[in-house]
Amino acid sequence: MTEVSILCPTGHLGFTPLEKASFLAGCELKPDFIIADSGSCDIGPYPLGADGQASPVAWQRHDLEIMLLAARRLGVPMIVGSASDTGTDRGVDQFAALIREIAAEHGLAPFRMATIKSEQTREAMLARLQSGVPISGLDGRADADPAVLARTDRIVAVMGAEPIAAALREGAEVVIAGRASDCALFAAPLLNAGMSPATAYYAGKLMECASFCCEPFMGKESILGRIREDDIRVTAMHPGQRCTPASLASHAMYERRNPYREYVASGYVDMSNCRYEQVDERTTRASGATFVPAARPMVKLEGAGKVGERRLAVVGIRDPYTIENIDKAIAWARARLAERFGPPEQAGWQVFYHLYGRNGVMGDLEPSPPARAHELGIVVETVCQDGKRGEEICALAARNLFYARLAEVKGTAGTAALMADEVLVGKPGYEWTLNHVTPVKDPAELFRTSFHTVDGSARKAA
Amino acid sequence: MIPNMPRLCDLASTIRSKNAGVDHITFDVIFRDRANFERVRDAKVLTPESVAALYRIPRERITDFVVFEPANAIKFTIKRDRPSGSPGEHDVFGSQQYAPLFGVEVP
Repeated sequence: MTEVSILCPTGHLGFTPLEKASFLAGCELKPDFIIADSGSCDIGPYPLGADGQASPVAWQRHDLEIMLLAARRLGVPMIVGSASDTGTDRGVDQFAALIREIAAEHGLAPFRMATIKSEQTREAMLARLQSGVPISGLDGRADADPAVLARTDRIVAVMGAEPIAAALREGAEVVIAGRASDCALFAAPLLNAGMSPATAYYAGKLMECASFCCEPFMGKESILGRIREDDIRVTAMHPGQRCTPASLASHAMYERRNPYREYVASGYVDMSNCRYEQVDERTTRASGATFVPAARPMVKLEGAGKVGERRLAVVGIRDPYTIENIDKAIAWARARLAERFGPPEQAGWQVFYHLYGRNGVMGDLEPSPPARAHELGIVVETVCQDGKRGEEICALAARNLFYARLAEVKGTAGTAALMADEVLVGKPGYEWTLNHVTPVKDPAELFRTSFHTVDGSARKAA
Repeated sequence: MIPNMPRLCDLASTIRSKNAGVDHITFDVIFRDRANFERVRDAKVLTPESVAALYRIPRERITDFVVFEPANAIKFTIKRDRPSGSPGEHDVFGSQQYAPLFGVEVP
C-alpha cells in the first residue's frame, strides 16, 4: 500500500522562528514532503486590508531557509501556503523572492518553483455579483452586495488542494501558494498519491499546526506524519513530546466551531467516527474520516476594509472615588466629545474606553461585578477617517477624564493620571468585511499558477 | 451548596478559548481523566443555557455546543458581537475569554 511521509515544522511559518533540532531529526527519517502553512486570520484584519504582514521578514527567511536547504538536500518537494500571513500576491512574490535569494546565497542547483496566486480584485467580485453568482455570507453574515465590496480594500480566495496538486504533478519542487486552507497543503500530495479526499484532508487537518497536536504544549517543533489510506500516524519529533490519542483528538477540535467537520472548497471531512490509538511511545494513529463532497464547489473569500485612522492614549486612575464613579466620568467625557465633534455616528468618529482592572480583557462578556480595584488603567482608542481630527478627538477623550466633573471629588487638580500627555498613532483600523463563499465550476478557477526555474548556482557563478 | 464542591478548574486539564474564524470564539474544556470528564458531562453544569447565563448573553449567541467524546472534551462557541480585530477590540485572538469557566462548581 502506498505510504507518504510528511514533515511539518511549524503551524505558522515566520510568526516566531521554527525550532531547528526537531526539524533536522525529522529530516533524518527522509520524509517525502516538507510542508508548512504561513497564514492565519487570527492576526486580525489589518495585515490583509493594508497588505502588510504580521511576521518579520527575517523570521520568514529563517524558516524558509531551513526548509529549503533540507528539501533540496533530500531532493523532496516543499510546499508553503498562505504566504506571508495573508496569502496576498505581495506575500507570494515576497516568499518567491526569498526562495531565490536563499538559493543564490547557497548556490543551490536549479529547481522548479510554482507560485499560485489567490488575490481577487474588487471589480472581478463585483462582476460575479452582477452576473448573478452569489457571494454568500458564512457564520450568519448577510450575502455580500456592492456596498460590502465597496467597503473592502483587499480580497483573497482560499484554495483547496486542487491547484497545489496540479502544480506538483507538473513537476514543481517548491510550491509557494497564496491563501490556502491549511489542510489543503498536506492533502495535495496525498491526493496525487491516490488517497481519498477523506484521508488526504483529514491528515492535513491533524498536521497543520505541527507540534500543537502533541503534548506537553510546545510550539514550532516538528512532527512527522506517515500516511496510508485511512491510516494516519503522527509522531512528535521533539524528544520531550508525545503524540497521544488525547492530544491528537483535542487538536482536531482546535480553533473551530464544530469538531466533527472540516470544510474545504470541494466538500467537508466528517470526523464524527474517527478513532485514535497509541501505536508507540510518541506516535498516535488516526483513522475513520469520511468525506462529503459539495454539490457544487464553494470557494471561501476573505476580505478586509479600512474603517479609519486610530489614535490611542493611556490614562490611569488612583482616586477611589473616581474609580467608583468611572462610568459617570466616562459618560460626562463622551457627552463633551459629542458636543464638540457631533454625535459619533453621524459625524463619523468612535471612541472606546478600555478599562483594564475592570473589563478591559473581556468587555461585555465579563461576568465579574466591578471589584474595588485600587487603580484602573484606561486605554482610550479613537477612530476617525481624518487622522488629524482623530488626534484631536483622542486628546480630548483622554483629557476629559482628567477634568471629569464628579460631585464630590476631592482631587480638584486632576481626576486622572496621564501616563504621558501624548496621543499615540495606531495602525489604521480595519474590519473583516468578507467571510463568505462563492460557487465555482472548477475548484481551481480563481487561482493563477506560474512556473519558474530557480538556479542558485548560476547566480553564484555570475 | 455542598461545602468544598470542586470547581471546573480542579477537574479539567485544559480550559481555553480561541478564535474560530473571524466571527466566533470557541471554548474547549478538556479532561485528562475520563472519570472527571464523565462527572462534568453528567452533572450538566455546562450546557448552552448555563454558559449563556455565565457570560450573560442571549442563548442564541451560543452557536455550537458539543460533547466531544474522543477528546474527553466539552466544546462550545460564542458569536462575537463584531468581527475579530475591529476597532474597539480587546482580545484579537479571543484567547483570554475562558477564565469565568474556572469557578463553575461541579456536584
